[in-house]
Amino acid sequence: MKALILVGGFGTRLRPLTLTMPKPLVEFANKPMILHQIEALAAVGVTDVVLAVNYRPEIMERVLKEYEDKLGVKIHFSLENEPLGTAGPLKLAEEILAKDDSPFFVLNSDVTCEFPFKALAEFHKSHGDEGTIVVTKVEEPSKYGVVVHKPNHPSRIDRFVEKPVEFVGNRINAGMYMLNTSVLRRIEKNRPTSIEQETFPAIVRDGQLHSFDLEGFWMDVGQPKDFLTGTCLYLSSLAKKQPHLLVSPSESYVHGGNVMIDESAKIGKNCRIGPNVVIGKNVVIGDGVRLQRCTLLPGSKVKDHAWIKSTIVGWNSVVGKWARLENVTVLGDDVTIGDEIYVNGGSVLPHKSIKANVDYPSIIM
Amino acid sequence: MLQVPIREKHNGPGKGTKAVILVGGPSRGTRFRPLSLDVPKPLFDVAGHPIIWHCLTAIAKVPSIQEVIMIGYYDESVFKDFIKEAASEFPNLPIKYLREYQALGTAGGLYHFRDAILKGRPERIFVLNSDVCCSFPLNEMAKLFDDKDAEAVILGTRVSEDAATNFGCIVSDQHSRRVLHYVEKPESHISNLINCGVYLFSVDAIFPSIKTAIKRRTDRPRLVSYPSSENLESSFMADEDEEKKNEVIRLEQDILSDLADSKQFFVYETKDFWRQIKTAGSAVPANALYLQKAYQTESNELAKPSPNVIPPVFIHPTAHVDPTAKLGPNVSIGPRAVIGPGARVKESIVLEDAEIKHDACVLYSIVGWNSRVGAWARVEGTPTPVTSHSTSIVKNGVKVQSITILGKECGVGDEVRVQNCVCLPFKELKRVCSTSSSGKPNLLRGIKLTN
Repeated sequence: MKALILVGGFGTRLRPLTLTMPKPLVEFANKPMILHQIEALAAVGVTDVVLAVNYRPEIMERVLKEYEDKLGVKIHFSLENEPLGTAGPLKLAEEILAKDDSPFFVLNSDVTCEFPFKALAEFHKSHGDEGTIVVTKVEEPSKYGVVVHKPNHPSRIDRFVEKPVEFVGNRINAGMYMLNTSVLRRIEKNRPTSIEQETFPAIVRDGQLHSFDLEGFWMDVGQPKDFLTGTCLYLSSLAKKQPHLLVSPSESYVHGGNVMIDESAKIGKNCRIGPNVVIGKNVVIGDGVRLQRCTLLPGSKVKDHAWIKSTIVGWNSVVGKWARLENVTVLGDDVTIGDEIYVNGGSVLPHKSIKANVDYPSIIM
Repeated sequence: MLQVPIREKHNGPGKGTKAVILVGGPSRGTRFRPLSLDVPKPLFDVAGHPIIWHCLTAIAKVPSIQEVIMIGYYDESVFKDFIKEAASEFPNLPIKYLREYQALGTAGGLYHFRDAILKGRPERIFVLNSDVCCSFPLNEMAKLFDDKDAEAVILGTRVSEDAATNFGCIVSDQHSRRVLHYVEKPESHISNLINCGVYLFSVDAIFPSIKTAIKRRTDRPRLVSYPSSENLESSFMADEDEEKKNEVIRLEQDILSDLADSKQFFVYETKDFWRQIKTAGSAVPANALYLQKAYQTESNELAKPSPNVIPPVFIHPTAHVDPTAKLGPNVSIGPRAVIGPGARVKESIVLEDAEIKHDACVLYSIVGWNSRVGAWARVEGTPTPVTSHSTSIVKNGVKVQSITILGKECGVGDEVRVQNCVCLPFKELKRVCSTSSSGKPNLLRGIKLTN
């Protein structure tokens, strides 16, 4: 089987992290974001994965090389020289996607969920039409494009309504599809095309598009606030399904569960950690540290008595003693936060040293 | 009183001297709330001692001092214990408290108690406002007094031009140091040499001056403001009720200006620290300044410096500080206060019986009597510049309290952050409290208020 992942750009929404690392390589729950998807695809027998990118992917090629053998997949990079929208990259990768007649998966790279690829493939096969899009239920459909089904049909899509004023349904496009190779013939070459606004409506008109309900959580983690929320959802899911990947709640310092700690990390005395905390490779945590709802990326260090909540601590950053970080603070690579400093919603660019309080959400250049 | 020398000029350091400390009363010093709701301001502890204790130690160093008289309108019982303790601390310094039954003004009070002050025939009197924090260079003032054959010496200090108009401003002759002009809180800039609220007067000059001022007041009601066509009618205090106010005679407004006109009036300009203790927040800089002074004079009262004690720090002998807690600089820990493991206290006053739990952080704040700060909580004020004489700062265009103050028996929950707030007594803070995020008023009311 084959799959295409729409990676796109460097990920400006996830700055300052993406100033140092392309977004697909930023660790989400201690694993590069894109690897969550590649692993899930490999698990259902996908052998060819196309990453559609619009920047030179050298670092990614290097990092992902080692996973090719490990997972038994071939990773292709498909580079757009000009923006092609969300459908154009499919046409660009036609050679690989259409190398046989079997349907292929398409994924947006920013999504975290319990990837339902096996069930999706079975469902797609069962209805026999051209395409299936995964949909997820939302509480406020008026903010999204909503899927409306044909009367008396559970899955065949009748139309899409963008930001509905009146309630027409509560299922939205979750950014994952399974498509037959025939869809590629609907896309023009070298023209920027939107899959959501051009390709899908065309398939809908032919009655060939179905929806597939996603079970469990779904989150677009393309920006820091959602990255943190997505981490909470992901860890909660692990707690139910793969609790062995989390630190046991009986551990003395764990508070409220959902704590993932890389085995190379060091934790000091009298800490209180959790809920919803991810601690990366070679991270060092001092004594009396309080962590909640945060991700500490590899090589970072948190000194004694610091307090961190709703924060992403970037690679190799250092947080001083009695410092307090909160309200979606994001530290880039190699940032230093001085002792006793308070940072409220600061977005701190790489290699900065913060010596005065950041009282209001702001970007520290 | 035979031991008192006969009043005669030029008889050297043995010249009979008394000191008067003006302590005010409960209806004054409201800006020191919420702390003055529980303790009279003169008795509030900074650097481990009541504010007036710092005055007393300076007075005790004047060789010719005969007696200290505190004048105010607090109930007599208020200073009973203090005077008892002071008597054992300063055995050669008789101290008494004289109570005004109505506020007479700083000069009016002096005049009212003139018989008590003149008893024992002192030649000169120091007059100290209790709400200033400074090094009280009284002997230096006395030397200038002798050198110049003065009738009055005022302690002055230089402040920034924009701060000066909040104080009494002194214009002096640079060479002779004679005071040429004095005006209280002028509207326009006159001088950046200001009145520190510490004076030395010859008794022969001050009492006649006050008497003259009282007479003038009775003869001719004081102008509220300069008459102009707009306020001519309302500018005279003439009605019956206002008559009473005529008894209020203040040194600053009613006496000093006249002294400058006609008398041997000089200014001693101190280069040492000086700060007013008006608002509750100003206790934090006052605490810092007195602690630094104690540190420079190698006072044995201070805690020994160590990796976890950044001097100067005062820890009351009955307080319990965990060895892993880090304190200082400029921290005072009161009696029976408890500082938990891994706590951090900096530029702050922690009062009696307060508790700071483990890993909490207290910066630029006052933690009131019996208050509790939870684990990992952060109680934070904002430092004001050393040259500033104000305890409010401007954040996001809004004037906010710089020092965070927890009144008596306040509670800050675990992990809660409190910034730039004043909490009235008995307030429990369970959520983040800060002016910075909301711009809402930063006064947090307690469940009940004590009087």
